[in-house]
Amino acid sequence: MSEKQTTAIRMESALGRVRGLGSAKQGTHHWWMQRVTSMALLPLTLWFVLSVATLAGKSHEATLAWIAHPLNATLLLASIGLSFHHAAAGLQVVIEDYVRGEMPRMFSILAVKAACWLFGLLSAIAVLKIAL
Amino acid sequence: MSSMKDAREATMVGRRTDGTRVSRPLSPHLQVYDMTRITSAMSIMHRATGVAWSVGLLVLAWWLLAAAAGPKAFAAVQWFLSSFLGMLMLFGMTAVAWYHTLAGIRHLVWDAGHGFDLPTTYRTGRAVLIGTGVLTVLTWLIVIIAWG
Repeated sequence: MSEKQTTAIRMESALGRVRGLGSAKQGTHHWWMQRVTSMALLPLTLWFVLSVATLAGKSHEATLAWIAHPLNATLLLASIGLSFHHAAAGLQVVIEDYVRGEMPRMFSILAVKAACWLFGLLSAIAVLKIAL
Repeated sequence: MSSMKDAREATMVGRRTDGTRVSRPLSPHLQVYDMTRITSAMSIMHRATGVAWSVGLLVLAWWLLAAAAGPKAFAAVQWFLSSFLGMLMLFGMTAVAWYHTLAGIRHLVWDAGHGFDLPTTYRTGRAVLIGTGVLTVLTWLIVIIAWG
């Protein structure tokens, strides 16, 4: 941080700073979790893309064996959870920016969250069924 | 101005210098920015690739589900993914994944408070575009070698 930025006027009261939360009572949690998941997804994505690239054209048995390996299954489950969390958070912001009207906005966000939960669970169950 | 349809409009009502009321647009209003500029074009591309990747996650779910379901279901998903349309989609997804990853790193650096000056912004922007191309080609070289 440069000197200029640290000495900028704070747009919140001292009490607001202590509490650290805005009107939604969540503070920067949503924003921060999007960053946390993105940082975790950096090495996981690298691993996933390269692994899947080497799986090209492999048989069903070979694919099952790869997924069932404890290390791959663990990293897959982590990738699934973080990816769907990150996707839900990102899509929510897109909807908040572009969808007008309180009800359409709320319902599209809820629909996206439901879809992310269900497809995330579906993917995780598939990995667990193969691995266990 | 007509009646309010959205609670947020309450904070978006402004007045022109002649006193007439105006409803300010929602952020980030595409129609205002010059989308031929690398900065704004790459910004909206980050969003678009994020949405595209979310759709790509559905393909991942299908692939995993088919693998768990059995050889017949797995043969179906492999048939689609190795078809012309499937390959085109996978190639696009690879480019989307690398773009969103590299542009995401650029965003994390910005979040840490670095690289806001215009020359650096242009430089990192070009680096993301070149990196996306290089990594996409490299990934598909691995695919071709693994397949062969």
